[in-house]
Amino acid sequence: MSTAFLHPPFDTLERQHQAVSFGVWLFLVSEVLLFSGLFAGYGVYRELFPAGFLAAGRHTDIVFGTANTAILMSSSFTIAVAGRAARADLGRMAWWLLVVTFGLGVLFLVLKGFEYREDIANHLLPAPAFAVPVPGAQIFFSYYWIMTSVHAVHVTCGLIAVGRLIVISRNNLAWLSGSASEDATALYWHLVDVIWIVLYPLLYLVGRAHG
Amino acid sequence: MSDTTFVPAPPLDYLHDGATLKSWLLTTDHKRIAILFGLSITFFFFIGAVAISIVRLELLTPAGDLVSDDTYNKMFTIHGIVMVWFFLIPSIPATFGNFLLPLMIGAKDLAFPRINLLSWYLYIGGAAFTVLTLILGGVDTGWTFYTPYSTMFSNSSVLTAAMGIFVVGFSSVLTGVNFIATTHMLRAPGMTWFRMPLFVWAMYATSLVMVLATPVLAMTLLLIMAERWFDLPIFDASRGGDPLLFQHLFWFYSHPAVYIMVLPAMGVASEILTCFARRRLFGYSFMVYALVAIAVIGFFVWGHHMFVSGQSAYANVVFSFLSFMVAVPSAIKVFNWTATLYRGSISFDAPMLYIFGFMGLFTIGGLTGLFLATVPIDIHVTDTYFVVAHFHYIMVGGSVSAFFGALHFWWPKITGKLYPERLARFAAITMFVGFNLTFFPQFVMGYLGMPRRYHVYPPEFQVYHVLSTCGAAVLGVAYILPLFYLIWSFRNGARASSNPWNAKGLEWQTPSPPPHENFLTPPIVEQPYDYQPADIAGGRDAR
Repeated sequence: MSTAFLHPPFDTLERQHQAVSFGVWLFLVSEVLLFSGLFAGYGVYRELFPAGFLAAGRHTDIVFGTANTAILMSSSFTIAVAGRAARADLGRMAWWLLVVTFGLGVLFLVLKGFEYREDIANHLLPAPAFAVPVPGAQIFFSYYWIMTSVHAVHVTCGLIAVGRLIVISRNNLAWLSGSASEDATALYWHLVDVIWIVLYPLLYLVGRAHG
Repeated sequence: MSDTTFVPAPPLDYLHDGATLKSWLLTTDHKRIAILFGLSITFFFFIGAVAISIVRLELLTPAGDLVSDDTYNKMFTIHGIVMVWFFLIPSIPATFGNFLLPLMIGAKDLAFPRINLLSWYLYIGGAAFTVLTLILGGVDTGWTFYTPYSTMFSNSSVLTAAMGIFVVGFSSVLTGVNFIATTHMLRAPGMTWFRMPLFVWAMYATSLVMVLATPVLAMTLLLIMAERWFDLPIFDASRGGDPLLFQHLFWFYSHPAVYIMVLPAMGVASEILTCFARRRLFGYSFMVYALVAIAVIGFFVWGHHMFVSGQSAYANVVFSFLSFMVAVPSAIKVFNWTATLYRGSISFDAPMLYIFGFMGLFTIGGLTGLFLATVPIDIHVTDTYFVVAHFHYIMVGGSVSAFFGALHFWWPKITGKLYPERLARFAAITMFVGFNLTFFPQFVMGYLGMPRRYHVYPPEFQVYHVLSTCGAAVLGVAYILPLFYLIWSFRNGARASSNPWNAKGLEWQTPSPPPHENFLTPPIVEQPYDYQPADIAGGRDAR
């Protein structure tokens, strides 16, 4: 490996890669703690208002939710393969996989936008004309809006990071395998996916089993 | 050619390696970023000090005759917010930690230099929101932002204040990530984990708390903003929300935050005590375990802030027990520092005076913490000046004393100049006297029932308030004095050698001020705190 990607204060590229990966993992731990504040609140209120949460959970849009779950998991797959491809000297393929990842991320946000529009039209924004007249249902939707929008902000950050990879590596495919950026971005992207995988049952599947 | 007589000029030190404003604002040198942080937190320290001066002046008389109750509320709130998030939390880590951590482990820089710069810009971003809050008229919720007042009733700038803290939180997280990664990845050959200076261990433990606790606060503030801005029911009891959930989330961060403030002070104390007693640190490994134990147990004691909130009696008992537990490692540290002094050849230079102040005041703060961890006493003194005095003994008596100790101890390393020792000793003693005069009367009046956050009070408490305000004036002198003589020293002070204290530790093996790349020759790692008292002959056991 060349030393073109080596930055101070590191002496070896290997150590630098280890450090970047370790640092990103630490940051991801802090991200998990960020969402855990929401999970804790969700847990408390679900315990306090079981009926409200079951009733409200049936009003989220399962089609959008499921489609977006599939899209995000596919994007995690493509970015993971992109990393493998870059390391196997298949730079051009890696680059295209990153483009696909980026496209899937954008698609996720677009679908989320349409879903939000329908939610607002269906009076699912906690307000006087709220659609589900069960105690606790408004709190469920408070969490729905906050959890999904904070997650969408994370998807946007992820898109910026993936976009950065695409732009920098467009004429410099070696950079993808040489620098630690692809690994770091992929780790972050996977976290965004994992958070969604937790949000999906909490927000879309709760209450569905009861018809 | 006279190549043989050519002596290369020594490389520029970090202060002179680039003189433009850009070379400072875009620097990735951890030492310069430390200076940037140092200047920024000094600015906010004085904002917080002005706010509390107005509070203390108001309290000179029992009547509310200087400022309105609204202004009074805003003053103690801005004091709390600024002092906690814009001074104390970043104080030792972002300045001395930033400057010293790489030097102490023999690294060229922190692991992620650009992220380090980003930390400073995030701090400035959060600071901008806080200044905006002041311009918009301030915020009156207290630094704790308790719901439902903060979300439903306050007419002040809660959103910008919360946003400022939200943003500065990411600065903490990134600093923490950087410190942990640096400690794992960049130790010099020979610098094993149990040879690391206690200051590095303290930074490590602090960073763990920063990374794990701060995001919870960020989310809690986001929930406050969502409820206030979009009227989403989260903590609103009239729509089924639970205001206590806010308190749980808030204190899950804010109790560990106390340890973010005091663990670095403990690290500083271990460095300075050993140097000025010329002793090995007593019980090095126990000191390490105690730091880590405080950081870990500190996560499980937050409920002691909520003894009177109506949480269950079982929760109270458990949180009370755990709060007693966290005192054990703290006590281990105090006893070990004391044992370190035993048979030392002690000199009373200014840094040591500050650390003696730290030890005594931290001990009083810690012991009164045990009073407060005892549920029946806590019920009696909750929300009184007893609590105010207790946490100021920890945060000001402990952390700020150590901050000033660190400032004097490492001043020659950071600036390459010596400070005027006699003035510095005078300032250190003044600070100790002023501090006790300010806060000891608050224990008494708190115990007698004077509630905190009141700007009008019964006349029988006036004598304590007058004492306290006089003390604050003395304290003010003690804070302003170093500002002047340190500026003088920076411009006109005598040149400092690379190791003016004859101290151990890698940071003293490089010139003062250090060059951009920290070390000109690879530093030699020895056992930590390998001091040999002048009057004790003999082998290793005597040290």
